[in-house]
Amino acid sequence: MRQISVTVNGTRREADVEPRQLLVYFLRETLGLTGTNVGCDTSTCGSCTVLLDGQSVKSCTMLAVQADGHEVTTIEAMATNGELHPIQRAFHEHHGLQCGYCTPGMIMAADSLIREAAGPLSEAEVRIGLEGNLCRCTGYQNIVQAVMAASQEMQGGVKARAGKGGGS
Amino acid sequence: MIPAAFDYEVAESTDHAVQLLGEHGDDAKLLAGGHSLLPLMKLRLARPSVLIDIGGLSDLAYIKDAGDHVEIGALTRMCDIAASDLLRRHCGLIAEAAGQVGDPQVRHRATIGGSLAHGDPASDPPVALLTVDAELVVRGPGGERTVPASGFFTNFFETALGPQDLLTSVRVPKLAAGTGWSYQKFHRRAIDWAIVGVAALVERDDGTVKRAAVGLTNMATTPLRSAGVESALAGRPASAEAFAEAAAHAPEGTNPPSDTNASAEYRTALSSILVRRALEAAVA
Ligand SMILES: Cc1cc2nc3c(=O)[nH]c(=O)nc-3n(C[C@H](O)[C@H](O)[C@H](O)COP(=O)(O)OP(=O)(O)OC[C@H]3O[C@@H](n4cnc5c(N)ncnc54)[C@H](O)[C@@H]3O)c2cc1C
Ligand code: FES
Ligand code: FES
Repeated sequence: MRQISVTVNGTRREADVEPRQLLVYFLRETLGLTGTNVGCDTSTCGSCTVLLDGQSVKSCTMLAVQADGHEVTTIEAMATNGELHPIQRAFHEHHGLQCGYCTPGMIMAADSLIREAAGPLSEAEVRIGLEGNLCRCTGYQNIVQAVMAASQEMQGGVKARAGKGGGS
Repeated sequence: MIPAAFDYEVAESTDHAVQLLGEHGDDAKLLAGGHSLLPLMKLRLARPSVLIDIGGLSDLAYIKDAGDHVEIGALTRMCDIAASDLLRRHCGLIAEAAGQVGDPQVRHRATIGGSLAHGDPASDPPVALLTVDAELVVRGPGGERTVPASGFFTNFFETALGPQDLLTSVRVPKLAAGTGWSYQKFHRRAIDWAIVGVAALVERDDGTVKRAAVGLTNMATTPLRSAGVESALAGRPASAEAFAEAAAHAPEGTNPPSDTNASAEYRTALSSILVRRALEAAVA
């Protein structure tokens, strides 16, 4: 067993874990945060996507010990004070889910994608940017629309500002 | 899927990693981003008894201008390589190939050192580095040595790294001004490895090809350079006709696999087409 200290959704969590425990099972079974799903278990589907220090990663392809000293954010932290996060709201408004199994991973991947972009995302950028997330139900169209709408809301002002200074 | 049990050590420095490798010998494996090793361990195709985690060695995560070359630390992740202005300016092919790896989540974890050390002939960054004649810096029990990319890939998932060696950086020569490049990756599903990939560099003098370098992904047990295509191009006009003629030499010296994605014959035909496309895109 090895002691780790991981800041999960803003709270420092200390635990003794077996080195072979995957991050997704640390979240689901040790901490009881079952919002993060396991779909394929082979790094393909993206339903286990969480943020590690703000960037999207597949938590089925990381050991919990690799997160020691880092910050992990899961779907449970997206809504604040009962208010949906803009990406969650956009999925609701654009009907970006059916069974909902892929949705937590989609939302975490989208959050990372939107924040890394220099401005609002085009349809092509969303489609390529979500290539690591599979959905068996929706046919993607409404997911893409939801993410574009959320990106417009979250990053709408960025392009105008970046244009002035020529920054990235 | 859960990996078999192992002991876990964290390397605090490059020296410490080399020391830990010395202590644990052949039973130990380095863990960088884990995106090749952990999937293998989950399938129990790999069962190292000790993992030495080098993921925290932030002094090996950098991209810096080193005069005639750009140096990339072994722990640098694909997302940072793909986004590097320095690389885009001096050797865009490497940034492009890194940006073609997997998906954003994979690129947030996968490192350039892990990609090279894994020695998978279907991987994208190794071929790009072979094509630009990169040099790899290795720390081992006997100190530091450099290995040219052309001597690094020895067989299917085998490299010139010994069991106690740590890859510390990659030196990427800056391309001569006006050198065109392209990486053509052919795959059917978004995040898959290349069925075939082609990296090309074309250096021109007026309308003539002064030097061409062409690398092939997934056409043998190692990444390959295509000597046949390269020599067919030298001194020829940089024209569509010359590119098509040279591209016919692409299958020479290859030994492509047959698998569920494609037969060897399919790969052979594809290699010529992708070489032609890569050459044309490089000068476009
Ligand atoms: C879903 C998915 C899709 C992918 N798609 C692609 C793709 O399209 N193209 C592509 O090229 N790759 C692809 N990959 C592979 C990915 O790029 C690998 O992560 C990368 O090749 C390995 O880097 P790593 O840091 O994760 O290495 P690890 O998995 O940590 O290590 C890999 C091997 O290298 C050794 N090693 C690591 N670092 C060093 C070092 N510094 N010195 C010596 N030995 C070392 C380890 O001991 C191990 O044997 C994909 C992976 C996944 C999971
Ligand atoms: S469960 Fe992790 S990628 Fe599918
Ligand atoms: S909504 Fe069912 S898998 Fe995406």
